[in-house]
Amino acid sequence: MYGGGYIQEEKQEATSPIDDSQKLAEFEARIDRGEKIEPHDWMPADYRKQLIRMIEQHAHSEVIGALPEGTWITRAPGFRRKLALIAKVQDEIGHAHLLYSAAETLGKSREQMINDLLTGKSKYSNVFNYPAKTWADVTVIGFLIDAGAIVNQVANSKGSYGPYCRALERICYEESFHLKQGHDAFITLATGTKAQHDMLQDALNRWWKPIMHFHGPPDKISEHTAKLMRWKVKMATNDDMRNQFLDMYVPKILEIGITIPDPNLKKNEATGQWEFSDPDWDEFKRVINGDGPCNAERLAVRQYVEEHGKWVRTAMMNPNQKVVIPFA
Amino acid sequence: MSKIPLNTPVLDPRIKRVDLESTYGTTAIGENEHWISWEVFHQKKRGDQHVHVGIVHAPDAQLALLFAKEQFGRRLACVNLWVTKSSDIFSFSYDDEDIFDNATAPEKQYREASGFRVMEKINRYKKSKQKA
Repeated sequence: MYGGGYIQEEKQEATSPIDDSQKLAEFEARIDRGEKIEPHDWMPADYRKQLIRMIEQHAHSEVIGALPEGTWITRAPGFRRKLALIAKVQDEIGHAHLLYSAAETLGKSREQMINDLLTGKSKYSNVFNYPAKTWADVTVIGFLIDAGAIVNQVANSKGSYGPYCRALERICYEESFHLKQGHDAFITLATGTKAQHDMLQDALNRWWKPIMHFHGPPDKISEHTAKLMRWKVKMATNDDMRNQFLDMYVPKILEIGITIPDPNLKKNEATGQWEFSDPDWDEFKRVINGDGPCNAERLAVRQYVEEHGKWVRTAMMNPNQKVVIPFA
Repeated sequence: MSKIPLNTPVLDPRIKRVDLESTYGTTAIGENEHWISWEVFHQKKRGDQHVHVGIVHAPDAQLALLFAKEQFGRRLACVNLWVTKSSDIFSFSYDDEDIFDNATAPEKQYREASGFRVMEKINRYKKSKQKA
């Protein structure tokens, strides 16, 4: 997980910094040729800023995403499921490390990023502000939220920034196990006893809205978005990602007798686009701005961990060390 | 569609951990508190080259190796890892990448195996022998 399906935009500054036009042309030509940009290359200020925000939010999503699943390790049904869940949660934290390192190459230190998470300045994927009430919730997360993230991450791994692509390549490799174990648990419940089936259906009913929110609201067709796509920062629109996700996973849900709680969900075969009810974008906005069922809890746990690990980190710290941007 | 009530107080321990001290918003992490960065090199099997795979943060080399083992040695084959401080890496600048153009330049074919064609000459020789 949890490649932040949706990257929170900041308000555009009235005047963007003016970039050297010759360097900009060389930079764009490099991207057009399919070459990667590396940390010490010249890059437009807006490219750097947008990438930091995107990779940082992705990293935070991995950290916070591990929390709802982490609470279920002790309650996972059976030894094999526990082992798989422990491995998955460890992977997610590993992914956060990979991503923080990639973001750091752009000049924002890990400490700054974590501070921004703790103060609520930086966002993370909105789905983790919802509770995992039953084992079936963990199953829905492990299958469908991970699936949504993979759609996003596979696209982004073909982007233009070298360190992010390299981190994503490794992440996608591990994700394939997350998706498979989620699918396996999903099928087990769907095809199990009536109680299991009902529990899964209930969880999917509650999660459908956050799942539809996952890839973010429909893109405004703005010059900004067009620029980011030209620079291969954003690889597809939110709607395209969501459509691809529905294409791949709606059949996998329906084929094992689970229903989707949206009577208007259907594919328009003429356009190839999925049609669905309005997934309540107002709720999405409220939750991402802090007013969700678990926002405070998630940050409190993170805050607690930073606070209580501080003495260990400080004891081992060498006061003479200087911040050095990772090399690659 | 069932509606999830927003901001419902939940006391279920599966959702809400009990009695977290409410320190929310007070921790500020100092620079380097998550330590310095180390570049990690991974060797897949004996005899292979060590290959750069990424970065860990650690206060010293021993701990950097331990974190590298967790991050880069827990999946896929691995027999050995190296770490070195990011600050100890020296490199060329990509601005100068044209200095390497020579390496693949067509006029340097005289030092490539493909720059020499022997079959033509052999065939010509054999043909002349047959005629004779």
